[in-house]
Amino acid sequence: MDLDVVFLSRLQFALTIMFHYLFPPLTIGLGGLIVIYETLYLTKKDTAWKSANVFWIKLFAVTFAVGVATGIVMEFEFGTNWANYSRFVGDVFGSALAAEGIFAFFLESGFLAVLVFGRDRVGKKFYYFSTWMVFIGSVFSSVWIVIANSWQQTPRGSLVQQMTNPSTGEPWFIDGAPQMRAQMQNFWEVVFNPSTIDRITHVWAGCAVTGGFFVLSICAWYILRKKHMDFSKRCFKVALVFTFLGVLASAVTGDSNARMVAEQQPAKLAAFEGHYETGDGPTALHLFGIPNDKTKTVDYSIEIPGMLSFLVYREFPPKTPVIGLDQFHPDDIPPTQIPFQAFHIMVALGFAMLGLTIIGFFFWWRGSLFKQRWLMYLFVIGILGAIAANELGWVTAEVGRQPWIVYPPMQKTTDGEILRNADGIIQFQQAEWPTLEGGAVLKPAGLRTRDGHSQAVVQSQVLFSIIMFGLIYTLLFFVWIYVLNEKIRKGPAPVGEAVTPPEGFIRTAGEHAHDSMTSLREQAQDPSKLPGTSPIPKKPDKPSDTPDAYHGISKILRMFIEKFKK
Amino acid sequence: MTFDLNLLWFLLIGVLMTGYAILDGFDLGVGILHLTVRDDTNRRLQLNSIGPLWDGNEVWLVTFGGALFAAFPETYATIFETFYIPFMLLLFALIFRAVSIEFRSKQKYSIWRGFWDVCFCFASTLATFLFGVAVGVSMIGIPLNERFLFMGNIFHLLHPYALCVGVLAVAVFAMHGAIYLYLKTEGELQKHARRNFWRMFYFFLVMYLVVTVYTLIAVPRAIDNFTNYPWLWIVVILNVLAVANIPRAMYLGRPLYAFISSCCTIAAFVFLFSTALYPNLVTSSVNEATNSLNIYNAASTPLTLTIMTVIAVIGMPIVLLYTAIVYWTFRGKVVLDEHSY
Ligand code: HDD
Ligand code: HEM
Ligand code: HEM
Repeated sequence: MDLDVVFLSRLQFALTIMFHYLFPPLTIGLGGLIVIYETLYLTKKDTAWKSANVFWIKLFAVTFAVGVATGIVMEFEFGTNWANYSRFVGDVFGSALAAEGIFAFFLESGFLAVLVFGRDRVGKKFYYFSTWMVFIGSVFSSVWIVIANSWQQTPRGSLVQQMTNPSTGEPWFIDGAPQMRAQMQNFWEVVFNPSTIDRITHVWAGCAVTGGFFVLSICAWYILRKKHMDFSKRCFKVALVFTFLGVLASAVTGDSNARMVAEQQPAKLAAFEGHYETGDGPTALHLFGIPNDKTKTVDYSIEIPGMLSFLVYREFPPKTPVIGLDQFHPDDIPPTQIPFQAFHIMVALGFAMLGLTIIGFFFWWRGSLFKQRWLMYLFVIGILGAIAANELGWVTAEVGRQPWIVYPPMQKTTDGEILRNADGIIQFQQAEWPTLEGGAVLKPAGLRTRDGHSQAVVQSQVLFSIIMFGLIYTLLFFVWIYVLNEKIRKGPAPVGEAVTPPEGFIRTAGEHAHDSMTSLREQAQDPSKLPGTSPIPKKPDKPSDTPDAYHGISKILRMFIEKFKK
Repeated sequence: MTFDLNLLWFLLIGVLMTGYAILDGFDLGVGILHLTVRDDTNRRLQLNSIGPLWDGNEVWLVTFGGALFAAFPETYATIFETFYIPFMLLLFALIFRAVSIEFRSKQKYSIWRGFWDVCFCFASTLATFLFGVAVGVSMIGIPLNERFLFMGNIFHLLHPYALCVGVLAVAVFAMHGAIYLYLKTEGELQKHARRNFWRMFYFFLVMYLVVTVYTLIAVPRAIDNFTNYPWLWIVVILNVLAVANIPRAMYLGRPLYAFISSCCTIAAFVFLFSTALYPNLVTSSVNEATNSLNIYNAASTPLTLTIMTVIAVIGMPIVLLYTAIVYWTFRGKVVLDEHSY
C-alpha cells in the first residue's frame, strides 16, 4: 500500500479517534456510577459511600482530562485532514458539532470543577446536583457526535446540491466545475436519521459496560489483595448490577443495530459476515473464520445454516437470502477482513462479558462471590474486554462504511423496493452535478473517502503529525496508566480518616459565607465549622458509625428520597 | 431588508473568540509566568488559582471551532488545512498543557514536578504564540486561488508581521495572567505577581506600539472600514483608554479594575481584528476581490444559520449562567486543600 495523503490521513484519524475513545466510555459509564453512589450516600446517610465517591471522582478527573485533551484533536482533524469533507458536510454536520460544545462540554467541564474541587465549598444538595450535571453533560457529548456520525452513515434530511454564488445569485461554478455540497433540508430528519437511535443506545450500553467493568476490576483487585474490603464489596455489588444491565442492553441494541445495518448499508453487513454470494436459499452465519476475497468464501469457518437470514429477517424457518457483496459494484464494496474480525470479536466479547456477569450473580446468590478467586481474576481483566469491544465496534462501523466517507443512501422504487440495474447491481441515490452547458452529470449522493481529504496538505506533513501523535500518545498513555495505578495502589481513604490539613493561606472571609451553606446541624456537630473559627476541618471526621451529619435537607430532596425508596 | 444572519454569525463568532481570549487568556498567562516562581507551594498555588477553571475556559475554543465549522464551513476547511503544521503544534501544546496540569501533582518527586512545570510553561507560551501568529497571518492574508485553496508554503505563515503579533499575544496574556494572579493570591506571592505585572506591562506596551505601527504599514487595508464607518474610532479610543487604565488601577491598588480593563483591552483587540477583516474571513493575497472567503460566500445555508441561531439563543444563556455559578463557587483567594492539584 502506498503512503499517500489519503491513506496517512485515514491512519491518523483512526489512531487518534481510537485513542480518544479509550476515555469517553470510561467517563460516561463511571459518571453514571458516581451518580448512583452519591444517591446512595444521600439516601442511606452512610459516609462510606461518600469516601468511595471521593476515590472514584479522583480517577474520573484524571481520565476526563485526557479525554478532553484528545477530543480537541478530533475536532481539529476534520479541518486539517479532511478539509474537502468539511466543505461538503459543514452545512449539515457543523451544527451538531457546535451544539455539542454549547450543550454538552460547557456543562460537563463547569460542573466537573465543582465535583473535583468543590466538596468543601458547596452544599451537599448542590454537590449532588453537580454529579448529575457532569453525567448528563457527558451523555450529551455522546449524543451530538453520534448524531453527526450517524448522519454520515445514513444521510437524511439533506440534499447534495449546487451552491448559489452569493455575489451573483446564480448557480455557482468555479473553473467550470459546480460548487457542490450537502445542504440541510430538515434539521429533525438529520437528527433522527435511520441509524441515530440504534447507535446512540448501543453506544451508551457500551459506556455502561466500560464504566462498570472499570469499577469491577479495581474492586476485584482489592478483594484479591484483601484490601479495602468494605469499600470494594459495596462498590462491586452495585457495579455488577449496572454492568449486567449494560451488557444486556449491548446485546439487545447490538442486534437491532445489525438489522439496521442490513437495511441501510447491506454491503457493510455482508462485509461483517464475509457474505460474498447472495445465492437463493437462506444465508448461513459464520461463527468464526477468515474471509478469503480471492475464493469468495470464508476459510476455517463453522457456520450455522440459515442463521443470518433468521437474525436479519426474523423469519422461521429462514428462507430469504441476505444481500451479498456480489450485488454491489466492485468500487463500492468495503474491505472484508477487518470488519469481519472486528465484528466477530466484539460479539464474542459481548457474550463473554454477559456470561461473566451472570456467573457473578450466581455466586452472589450462593453467598460466596468474593471467595471465588478465579472469578475475581476474570473481573480484573474484564475491563480490557470492555474497552476492546468498544474500539472494535467502531472499527466495524467505520471500516465497513468504506469506500465512502459520506455513505449515499440506496435508491428505492416508489413501492420501497431496492432499485437494481440490469445486472442486478444495487443503485445509490443520485445527485445532479450541473455542467456549464446546462446539462447535468449524475453521481451518487455521497462522498468518497478519497475525495474528502485536504488538498493543500502534503504527505510529509501528515507523516510528521502521525509520528508526533504516536510519540505523544504513547507517552500520555503510559503516564495515564501510571497515575491511575498510583491512585489505585494508594486506594480510597478509610472512612472517617483525617483529611490532610490544607497548606497555604487560610481562607478569607468570603469563604466563611460559603460554609454557611452547609447545614446548621453540621456546624453544631463539628465545632471547627462554626463561623468565626477556621472553617478548615482540623479534627478527624467522625468515625463511620456515627451517622453523617446530614439532616438539614430541603423539601425537594426529601421528596426525591421518598420517591427513590419506593 | 431581511435580517443579516451572516453578519450575526460573524459577530457571534467574534463573541466566542473574545470569550476564549479573555478566559483562557488569563490561564494561559498564568502558564507563561509559571516558572517565575521557584518553590513548590507557590507553584501549586499558582496552578490551583486556575485549577477549577481552565478546562471550562478551553471549551470556548472548542465551541468557537464548532461554530466556525457550522456557520462558515469553507473558512473552517481552508484555515485548518492551510495551518496544518501550526495547528498540529497547537494541538500538541494544548495536550501537554492539559496533561501537565493534571499530572503534575500526582507525584512528589522534584524531577517529575519539574518536568511538568516546564511542559506547562512551554506549552502555554507556544499555544499563545501560535494563536497570535494565526491572527497575524489572517491580517496579512494568504495566497488563495479561485477555489479558495492555499497556494503557498510554510513561509507564508512565518511572515515577520505574524511573528510580531504572536509575541504581542504572549505579552498580553502574560500581563492578563499576572493581574489574575495578583487577584487570587496573598502575601509574598502577590508581591511577586505585582512585579511580574509591571514587567509584562512594559513588554506589552512596547509590542503594542510596534504592532500598531507595523499594521498601518503592512496592512493598509486594515483601516478601510474605519474610513467607511467613522464611529468605529470609538472602539479605538476605548481600547487606548482601557490600556491606560490598567497601570492606573494597579497603581491605585485596585486590581479588579485592572483586570476588567485588561479584559476590555482583549475584547477591543478582537473587535479591531474582526473589523479589519470584515467582510472577509480569510483574505486572499493573490486576488483579494475574487479569491477571498467572506461572510457570504463561505457561509452555510440560511436554514442552517437559523437553526444555529436557535441553538445559540437557547444555549448561550444557560452556558453563561453556569459559567457564572462556577466562577462564583471558586471566587476568593486560592487555598490548597486535599482536593487541590
Ligand atoms: C462494550 C461495548 C460493546 C459490546 C459488548 C457490543 N458492542 Fe456493538 N458496538 C459498540 C460497542 C459494543 C460501539 C463501540 O458502541 C459501536 C461502534 C459504533 C456504534 O454505533 O456502536 C458498535 C457497533 C456495532 C455495530 C455496527 C453499527 C454500524 O455499523 O452502524 C453492530 C452491528 C453491533 N455493534 C452489534 C453488536 C452485537 C450483536 C453485540 C452482541 C453482544 C455487540 N455489538 C456488543
Ligand atoms: C470524531 C469524533 C469526535 C470529536 C470531534 C470529538 C470531540 C471532542 C472534544 C473537542 C472534546 C473535548 C471537550 C472539552 O473541551 O471539554 C471531547 C471530549 C469528549 N468526547 Fe469526544 N469527540 C469525538 C468522538 C466522541 C464519541 C464517539 C464520543 C462518545 C460516544 C465522545 C464523547 C466525549 C466525551 C464524553 C468527552 C468528555 C471528555 C471525556 O469524558 O473523556 N466523543 N470530544
Ligand atoms: C469514537 C469512536 C470512533 C472510532 C474508534 C472510529 C474509528 C475510525 C476508524 C478505524 C477509521 C478509519 C477507517 C478507514 O479509513 O478504513 C475512521 C475514519 C473516520 N471516522 Fe471514525 N470512529 C469513531 C467515531 C467517529 C465519529 C463520531 C465520527 C464523526 C462524527 C467519525 C468520522 C470519521 C471520519 C470522517 C473518518 C475518516 C474518513 C474515513 O476513513 O472514512 N468517526 N474512524
